[in-house]
Amino acid sequence: MKGKSSVLGRWREERESQTRSLKLIVYTLSRSPLSVIGFFCVSVFLIIALMGPMIITYPGDVKGAVHMDQKLRPPSSNHPFGTDEVGRDIYSRVIMGTRLSFQIGLIIIFIAMGIGVPLGIIAGYVGGWLNEIIMRVTDIFLSIPGLLLALAIVGALGPGIKNAMLALSIVWWPGYVRLVQGKTLSLREESFVEAAKSIGASKLRVIFSHILPNCTSPIIVKASMDMGMAILFAANLGFIGVGAQPPEPEWGAMISTGRNYLPDHWWMATFPGLAILITVLGFNLLGDGLRDILDPQSRI
Amino acid sequence: MAEPLLEVKNLKKYFLLRKGSLQGRRENVRAVDGISFFIGCGDSFGLVGESGSGKTTVARVILRLIEPTEGEVLWDRRDIYKFSESEMKEMRRNMQMIFQDPHSSLNPRKTVFKSVAEPLIIHEGVRRRMLRERVEELLEIVGLKGEHMFRYPHELSGGQKQRVGIARALSLHPKLLILDEPTSALDVSVQAQMLIFLESLQERMNLTYLYISHNLAVIRYTCDTIAVMYLGKIIEMGGTEFIFSSPRHPYTKALVSAVPLPQAEQPERMIFLEGDIPSATHIPSGCRFHTRCPEKIGAICEEVEPHTQYFSDGTQVNCHLYQ
Amino acid sequence: MEPLLEIKDLRIEFGTFEGISHVLDGIHLTLGRGDTLGLVGETGCGKSITAKAILRLLPIPPARIASGEILFEGEDLLKKSEEEMKGIRGRQIAMVFQDPMTFLNPVFTIEEQLVDVILAHGNGDDSGIPGGRLDRKRAIQKAIELLREVKIPQPELRIKSYPHEFSGGMRQRVLIAMALSRSPQVLIADEPTTALDVTIQAQILWLIHDLVQRHGHSVLLISHDLGVVARVCKRIAVMYAGNIVENCSTLQLFKKPLHPYTQGLLNSILTFSKRESEAQVIKGMIPDLIQPPPGCRFHPRCFATMELCKKEKPPMIEIEEDHWVSCHLYKR
Repeated sequence: MKGKSSVLGRWREERESQTRSLKLIVYTLSRSPLSVIGFFCVSVFLIIALMGPMIITYPGDVKGAVHMDQKLRPPSSNHPFGTDEVGRDIYSRVIMGTRLSFQIGLIIIFIAMGIGVPLGIIAGYVGGWLNEIIMRVTDIFLSIPGLLLALAIVGALGPGIKNAMLALSIVWWPGYVRLVQGKTLSLREESFVEAAKSIGASKLRVIFSHILPNCTSPIIVKASMDMGMAILFAANLGFIGVGAQPPEPEWGAMISTGRNYLPDHWWMATFPGLAILITVLGFNLLGDGLRDILDPQSRI
Repeated sequence: MAEPLLEVKNLKKYFLLRKGSLQGRRENVRAVDGISFFIGCGDSFGLVGESGSGKTTVARVILRLIEPTEGEVLWDRRDIYKFSESEMKEMRRNMQMIFQDPHSSLNPRKTVFKSVAEPLIIHEGVRRRMLRERVEELLEIVGLKGEHMFRYPHELSGGQKQRVGIARALSLHPKLLILDEPTSALDVSVQAQMLIFLESLQERMNLTYLYISHNLAVIRYTCDTIAVMYLGKIIEMGGTEFIFSSPRHPYTKALVSAVPLPQAEQPERMIFLEGDIPSATHIPSGCRFHTRCPEKIGAICEEVEPHTQYFSDGTQVNCHLYQ
Repeated sequence: MEPLLEIKDLRIEFGTFEGISHVLDGIHLTLGRGDTLGLVGETGCGKSITAKAILRLLPIPPARIASGEILFEGEDLLKKSEEEMKGIRGRQIAMVFQDPMTFLNPVFTIEEQLVDVILAHGNGDDSGIPGGRLDRKRAIQKAIELLREVKIPQPELRIKSYPHEFSGGMRQRVLIAMALSRSPQVLIADEPTTALDVTIQAQILWLIHDLVQRHGHSVLLISHDLGVVARVCKRIAVMYAGNIVENCSTLQLFKKPLHPYTQGLLNSILTFSKRESEAQVIKGMIPDLIQPPPGCRFHPRCFATMELCKKEKPPMIEIEEDHWVSCHLYKR
C-alpha cells in the first residue's frame, strides 16, 4: 500500500471503477439499436455545432448577404441545399442554425435546471409548508400548456431570441422541480441518508453530498430529452415569428419563410425541417437509451 | 460489570397517523410504549422481537435520529434529549449504528474511501494524506484490502459492504455500537463469520454492543442479556441463557418454539399462536398479548396491564401468570 | 415407480455483460408422487433458477437451456409449446413465491383474484360437467372454501378485502390457496416464508405440512434455511454453484452428511440450540460462474481436495440406500 503512493498510480486506482462503469455504459448502449442511432444523431449535431464556421461554404450568407441573382436555385454542387428567396446558401445557414439551436437549447436547459433543481431539493428535503408552497406554484405553471405559456410571455416581452429563451426557461423549470422533489422524497428515507445523519452530517452536507449526487441520473436523462424538445419549441416560436428574427439562421424561422415557397421550391423548408427532425429524434432516442443505463437495475 | 453506559427510562415514541381526508381523524401508532433498560460497559445486549415490536424504532430514538415522545436516555448519567445541537454532534462520536441493509446503507455515488472518511472529515477536519492513512487502517481492521478503497458499493459483495459500514462506524472510536440485524442480508454460511468477527472487534476495541434482531440464533450466539419486545413493550428481560432455556412469558415460549431447527428430529409439541400480530394502531387493551395468548387466564388479561415481576436470577417478566 | 417430476442433466446458461454464466451444470432431480423434497443452497447456487426452469418462467434470452430434460409424467416440459405450458402452470404444477405482496394485485379484491384463477383454467376438475365451466357463483363458493382450508378466519367476510388489508402471513396463505385451487400435483414453493416473522413462519410451514399430508401434493420447497426445510421435507438436495452435491433423506443429511460442502455448511450455520460451540468457516468464496473452477466446482474450498477433483467433475452416485453424493471421496 505504501508503494502505490505515486500520483499516477493513485489516479489510476481512483479511475478504475469509472472505467468499468464506462465500459458497462458502452455495452448497454450498444445493445439497443435505437440508442445507437440517437447517439449517432446527437454526435453529428454536436460536431456540426462545434465546427460550424469551419465547414460552411458561404459565411457571408449566414446573416446579411443578399444575392438576388442566385435566388431560389435548387440543390446543386455549389449549393447542396439550394438557395433561398434572397439567394443565400441554405446549407451554410442550416449548419450555423445548428450552432444557434445548440446554444438556445443549452441556455434554456441550464436556466431551467438552475432554478428547478435547488427548488426541488429544498421542497423535498425540508417538507412542510415550504414544500407545499413550492409544489403548488410549480403545479400552476405546469397546468398551462408549454407553448401557450411561452407565447404569452414572449407576447408580453416582445419578439426576439433572448425573450424566446427566457420564456422557454420559465416553461421548463417546473418539470425539474417535480422530478427532483420526487427523487429527494424517496432518497430521504434511504439508509445511507440515515447513516449520514448518524455520523453527524449537517443538513447542508446531506443535501449536497448525499442527495444531490443521487439525483443526477434522472436529471441527465431529462436534460437530454429536454434538449431536443427545447430546440423544437424554440423552432416553433421562430416559425410563428416571435422567436428568432430574420436574418438569424434559425431553423424555425427558415421553415416559416420556406413554407411560402412550397411545393416548387421545396428545398427551402425541407432541409431545416430535416435538421429539426434528426436533432429532436436523436435527443429523444439518446435520452431513452440513457434512461436504460442510468436506471439502477442495470448496475450490477 | 461496571456502571451502566447507557440507560433508557420509560421511553415512548408515538407516530401520528392522519386517517380520513377531511375530518383528519388522528390515530397514534404507539411504536414504543414505555420501555426501560440499561446496558453496562462492555456488555452485549439484545433486543428481540418480530415486526411491530418497536425494536428498530428504539434504536433510532436512542441515536436521536428521531425525537422521542417521552422518556430519557442517559449517557454517563446525562439525558441526551437535553443536549444542544453541538453537544449532540459531539455525542454522535460515542454511539454509532450498523444498519440492516448493507446494500442501501452506503451512498451508491461515494467510493468506499469517501464513505469511510466522511465521519473523519465532519468531526476532525482531517487532511488528505492523513485521511488516507486512517482509512487504510480502518479497512484493515475490518479485513478489507487497500484495493477496495476506490471501489463503488455496487462492486462489492453484501459481506464487504457490511464491513465498510462497520469501518465507517468505527472511524470515530465510538463506545457503543448499535447493530440492526447485522447478518440478515448475508448468506447463512458467512453469518457466523461476521458474528465471530464482531466479537473479536468488541474485545480489541473495547466496545459495547446493542444487537437488534428477530433471529434468535444470532441473539443467542452473541448476547449476554436480552429483552423480548412485543408491540412496543418489553415483556421479558434478563440473562440470555436463563430466558431461552426456560422462558416464562407465553410469547417468549412461542417464539422459542417457532424457530425451525436444522436437525433431524423435529420437536413433537410446537406452540402455535393464533392469528396475526395486531396492528400498532389498535393495540389490545390490558396485556397486549392476550389476543393470541395460549395461556390466557381470563378477564384480567383483557383489562389490566401486568406489572413487572422480578426474579432472583436477574430476570423479569410482565405477565399475569406470575403475579 | 415412475417419478412424477424428473430433471435430467439440466444445463442452463445466462448471457451477461462479462460473459456467459454457467448457472446450472447438469443437475438431476426426481420428485415422486407425495414426496416432499427440499432444495437447499446459498445465494447464487441456482435453486431458484431450477424452479423457474421447471415452469419455463426463465426469460430466454438472456437465459439459454443448453441441454437436458424436465420430464413431467414422462413428457419433456422443455419441448412443449407455450399453449401447452399454460395448461400445466397453475393446473398441474403450481408455484408459491417469496414476497406475497408483489404477487397480489393491489387494486383487486381477494375474491376477484381467486375467482380469476379458478375460472382461468376453464374446466373444473370437480364441476361435474364434462368440459363445463364453473360459473361465477360456484367459483366464489370454492374460493371461500379454499380460504377456509388455509385457515383464514371468517373467510366469507375477508374474501372481500384488498391485499393491503391483509398481513404478510395472511397474504401468503392466499397465495397458497391460489396455488392449490386447481389441485395441482406438484407445488413448488420458493422461499415461501423468508419474508415472514418467526411465529408466522411456523404457522405457514405447519399449514403446508398439513395440506400436503391431507391432499397428497408433491412439494419442492426451496430455501436457504436448513431448519425450514427440515420441518416440511422428508428429503433434501443440497446445491452448490449450479450442481446438486448431495441428495438424501432429512435424517441422513443431519446424521451423516457426506459431501464436504454439506458438512461445512452444517458446521457453519448458526443454530438456536447450540450455544457454546464455535461455528466454523468454509474458506474461500462462492465461485464466479462465468469461469467456474474446472472439475468439481467446490474443490478450491474443500478440505479434502485431491488431484482428481481439479480435473474431473464427480458423478452423482448412490452410496447408501437412496443417499446420493457427487464427490470423488466416495466410491460406489
